Amino acid sequence: MANMSLEKIKMPEQKPDVRNKNFEEVALGYTAEMAVEEAQRCLNCKHKPCVSGCPVNVRIPEFIAEVAKGDFMAAYRVITSTNALPAVCGRVCPQESQCESKCVRGMKGEAVAIGRLERFVADWYMANCDEMPEKPVSNGKKVAVVGSGPSSLACAGDLAKAGYEVTIFEAFHKAGGVLVYGIPEFRLPKAIVQKEIDKLSALGVNIMTNMVIGKVLSVDEIIEDMGFNAVFIGTGAGLPSFMNIPGEALVGVYSANEYLTRINLMKAYLSEYDTPIRKSKAVAVVGGGNVAMDAARCAKRLGAEKVYIVYRRSEKEMPARLEEIHHAKEEGIEFHLLRNPVRILDDGNGQACGIECLKMELGEPDASGRRSPVPVEGSNYVIDVDTVVMSIGTSPNPLIRSTTKGLETNRKGCLVVNEETNQTTREGVYAGGDAVTGAATVILAMGAGKKAAEAIDKYLKK
Amino acid sequence: MFRIVNKKELNSTVTLLEIEAPFVARKAQAGQFIIFRVDEMSERVPLTIADYDREKGTVTIIFQKVGLSTKLLGAKEIGDSIQDFVGPLGVATEYEGMKKVAVVGGGVGCAIAYPQAKALHARGVEVDVIAGFRSKDIVILEDEMKAVSSNFHLMTDDGTQGEKGFVTDKLKALIEGGAGYDTVIAIGPIPMMKFVSLTTKPYGIKTIVSLNPIMIDGTGMCGGCRVTVGGKIKFACVDGPDFDGHEVDFDELMNRNSVYKAREAELAETHICRMEKLAQELI
Repeated sequence: MANMSLEKIKMPEQKPDVRNKNFEEVALGYTAEMAVEEAQRCLNCKHKPCVSGCPVNVRIPEFIAEVAKGDFMAAYRVITSTNALPAVCGRVCPQESQCESKCVRGMKGEAVAIGRLERFVADWYMANCDEMPEKPVSNGKKVAVVGSGPSSLACAGDLAKAGYEVTIFEAFHKAGGVLVYGIPEFRLPKAIVQKEIDKLSALGVNIMTNMVIGKVLSVDEIIEDMGFNAVFIGTGAGLPSFMNIPGEALVGVYSANEYLTRINLMKAYLSEYDTPIRKSKAVAVVGGGNVAMDAARCAKRLGAEKVYIVYRRSEKEMPARLEEIHHAKEEGIEFHLLRNPVRILDDGNGQACGIECLKMELGEPDASGRRSPVPVEGSNYVIDVDTVVMSIGTSPNPLIRSTTKGLETNRKGCLVVNEETNQTTREGVYAGGDAVTGAATVILAMGAGKKAAEAIDKYLKK
Repeated sequence: MFRIVNKKELNSTVTLLEIEAPFVARKAQAGQFIIFRVDEMSERVPLTIADYDREKGTVTIIFQKVGLSTKLLGAKEIGDSIQDFVGPLGVATEYEGMKKVAVVGGGVGCAIAYPQAKALHARGVEVDVIAGFRSKDIVILEDEMKAVSSNFHLMTDDGTQGEKGFVTDKLKALIEGGAGYDTVIAIGPIPMMKFVSLTTKPYGIKTIVSLNPIMIDGTGMCGGCRVTVGGKIKFACVDGPDFDGHEVDFDELMNRNSVYKAREAELAETHICRMEKLAQELI
């Protein structure tokens, strides 16, 4: 008999006024009892609508049925047959707009907490059966994977399991891509990412850090000089946009990329690290996506008394996950909605001391279907801040496309690929993740990495 | 890890290190830079490449021990290794069409001015080098620069060696004297590059400066190294580090580079503790 409660089992969390002073994980995870109880809410629908909402088609009702039975090991095997990074996805996937949006239970009451259950299973496995995979017998073929974010990790993992000799080239000193430099510790503990990377190493994947492809080696050199049979490009969308308003070059103005990298990758919040970061009293984060929420919540944790989100549309149009917006508000982040910055003020010594905003009204829907903001003349006002973080989006890095002949890109600089195979316009060169789609989600990137791995396998078996 | 194979103290604060980095050495060109990180706790710091040896697979860097990271790096000895060394980054200097060039170096900037002069000299370009230092005891690379230049002018602020005066005085005199430079390459402290650019502007001589702003990744990702050039935002890591000196907003760059001064001073204190602790553990 299913558990007919209309609500999900609540996720245990650190209290807002405690967690906004530390970098430990906000959501603490279900206990085994909670997981079993929540799993019993699943109706095990025959037509499995949830599965169609998952970019990697995790067999959701099947794994949940195992959780309900208390066989967490079996549940783990079901999940990992299609998803290599469940501990990551269980934490950062936008389930409310994917699997859970299709859940029949959601029509009356809340959907089954698929994400929380996935996370529980992955965490249970890590805590209880920490065996490392074995290196498969090599098939003698070499594949290069450029970048080490979610699409690359998924692609490398699948290829390594199929017997390919995979080398990952990472530009930073640490593998993990956006999972280590972008998403903060309190949403995705770095130990989890490291475990996934260690698993790849156990599978025989060679990880070369400090390798900026396009500079130290070109894609052509990887193929011709180093003898790789195929290349996967998973270099993400890492180029930050600025607003091009006066004052953006002042001291105290960061891109979200820089701000988050200093904190997450370079551990500016830990005193034993040398990484400097501004000691801010008041911070304005411009933007309304998950990255903006991450930056704002980091600023609060670093001790800023006031942290503001400045977003030009209303809350309804915010691209951030509801959960992130909710968490940010709980932690004391103040939202200035329908506000657009027009300049950043100089304190006279080249330091930012305020951000001047214009009030906006929502007009007609634009190309994205969202109502576009229209400025209200003369409504300017200033928020006193000493730090501004620009979090208004990123675009793909041109380093590879500008150094590789025959790689077509669209007008946004995204690599053009065959939708079936994720092959680029160069034979033997594949791509996936944000480098193809522009900034999107971890799970979409993973899905693309898996698809490319399958296509590379077919291509190299020809 | 990247092993140090050679070390020289060029003066009391400037150190040369030759580091094993075969991939970087294979591709490095004059004008490009690397980013180093001494250990797991350290910052990522950019330095322009001073020299490279493709056969030995080594890259040479020359740096002034001014901040925490450069002091840590300077404390490393031959045989020691550093955690990270990534490059070559940035765009190599474009020498196309140059026939007669003045290379102007200021202080530790001569470490980079020298390889520029050397590269030009090797291409058969006529090179004059003007090297400026505060005083006699910090002069570096004098013989090396002499060897690759048609005319070598050493300037010191206090006149203790070479001629007394600033590099800009000498440059102006040479231009006025009809040296006929088609290009000036200036590398040194920001104020020096600014004033060299101001000196050449009235004569319309193309002036290239090499900028070294604060950055993290060196691949265009953090945007920390943004400089205003010709009124537009440029990222020094991927669009530079060379820029047209007549277009660069030097005052803004100087301001941006001062961002962590206070923190740097504070860290220098705590860091001495870290080094002392390490030393004690070793004893």
